[in-house]
Amino acid sequence: MTDNKKIQISDLNVFAGKFQILKNINIELPENKITVILGPSGCGKTTLLKCMNRLTDLYPELKVTGDIRISGNNILAAREDIYKLRQNMGLLSQRPYPLPMTIYNNIAYGLKLRGVKKRREIHKLVVHYLQQANLWEEVRTRLREPASRLSIGQQQRLCLARGLAVSPGIILADEPTSALDPISSQYIEQKFLELKNDYTIVLVTHVLRQARRIADYVVFMYLGEVIEQGDVHEVFENPKMEKTKLYLGGTFN
Amino acid sequence: MTLGQKIEEKIFKVLMIIATYFILAVLAVIIYSIFEKGVKALSWEILTQIPKGGYYYGKGGGILNAILGSLCLAFGATLLAFLIGLPVALYINVFLIRWKKVVAFIRFLLDLIWGIPSIVYGAFGFTMMIYLGLQTSLLAGIITVTLFILPIMIRSMDEILRTVPYGLMEASYSLGSNKSETAFKIFTRQTISGIITAILLSFGRAIGDAASVLFTAGYTDHLPNSLLEPVATLPLSIFFQLSSPVPAVQDRAYASALVLTMIILIVSLFSRGLGKRYHKTKINF
Repeated sequence: MTDNKKIQISDLNVFAGKFQILKNINIELPENKITVILGPSGCGKTTLLKCMNRLTDLYPELKVTGDIRISGNNILAAREDIYKLRQNMGLLSQRPYPLPMTIYNNIAYGLKLRGVKKRREIHKLVVHYLQQANLWEEVRTRLREPASRLSIGQQQRLCLARGLAVSPGIILADEPTSALDPISSQYIEQKFLELKNDYTIVLVTHVLRQARRIADYVVFMYLGEVIEQGDVHEVFENPKMEKTKLYLGGTFN
Repeated sequence: MTLGQKIEEKIFKVLMIIATYFILAVLAVIIYSIFEKGVKALSWEILTQIPKGGYYYGKGGGILNAILGSLCLAFGATLLAFLIGLPVALYINVFLIRWKKVVAFIRFLLDLIWGIPSIVYGAFGFTMMIYLGLQTSLLAGIITVTLFILPIMIRSMDEILRTVPYGLMEASYSLGSNKSETAFKIFTRQTISGIITAILLSFGRAIGDAASVLFTAGYTDHLPNSLLEPVATLPLSIFFQLSSPVPAVQDRAYASALVLTMIILIVSLFSRGLGKRYHKTKINF
């Protein structure tokens, strides 16, 4: 493949006190593809994701060293404007956290942060992003209701729309379908496949079938280390490492 | 279950029941005695007039001075404490999130000064007045009561702000909000019902305390008309009327206590209503 490398991570180490959560991570994630980070629970997948938009800053116990380059800029450098940086990345977490405001304002909030000021423009974009997330038809008559009244699947799509509204280049998704019913999950997966034309998507999951369905590139992690990475077909059909084989075969202990 | 366990269970159940109903009974007696003695002394005159000459020896008049004085003082102090307290609580929970030891120390200090008796605040307020050249006045009372209720205000807002889930905070930051946007637009909205409760809790303390206003707000038979004049307050009014040798005046003290209880009751009901209304905008879990 002749992909551009959107995210390049080199020698990334994360410590929580004496415990090392991530060990010497070196990966390169291709632009406009879906990269799936795969691995058993507790292997550091989520931490790796949080390093990418520096949410790790919120946790004083975490110490991050190394390099994460996004389109060439080292985002771990202290002088980076982290608020701008985070706007360049939409985050979808394990369970949806709608902002404590109306459905409409959940989307408008990000737009205002992005600097959209005209009310008509905001309205147009709110509709646009709700449509993008397949939510518009369901909420068009209840835009002024609090977002918490939506079902959990709808909330997750609202969070996706909210994330897209800040017009990021990258979508970070941390097991976004783990709390959802099969139909809502399918919506999200389908959406990711459509979105990858315009976005670089990093998806954390431990669901093998999901990875196989939508991944272009796979990173397999175990106990804080990257065991194997490569094209989805390569990794799934012809894994090189013993641990990957065991995990994919479902006989991991 | 063995016989021993059964007996043990019975004993503890009985103990819990006794403790619960005992305390409820004590509360009921207090409220009953206030009503019993207060209602018969309560009149339109008492609610709408200021004390006439010789009021404390049984002549006519009312406690409007104390009602209005208490309301002015409690509203002023609550407002001031809110304006100081909310930023403190947000600062602890949003800006200091990486400095857990500092936060723990601040919380410890606040809990410590929460326990200081109000008479000490009164004495401190008095010293401060001398230093500032203030006389006993509404302003001095407001400042002292503000200091007195600040720990309550801050800690109760702090406790509710601590319940904001990390995921919501991460969501806010991941949209590109900075810390003050996260604090004022996300944290306060998420916890609005708890913040209202904190405000009303503080208001209840502010309006019910006698010792902190004794030296600082003073007492007067006139209606409050200036920040720099002394004001009457309900707790002190109750105290002065109870100290009267005349039984009729003592009954009026109970009527005043009834008024104070009613104000607190109305405020609590109001806060419950508001809390319910805003509860719906919260994330449910």
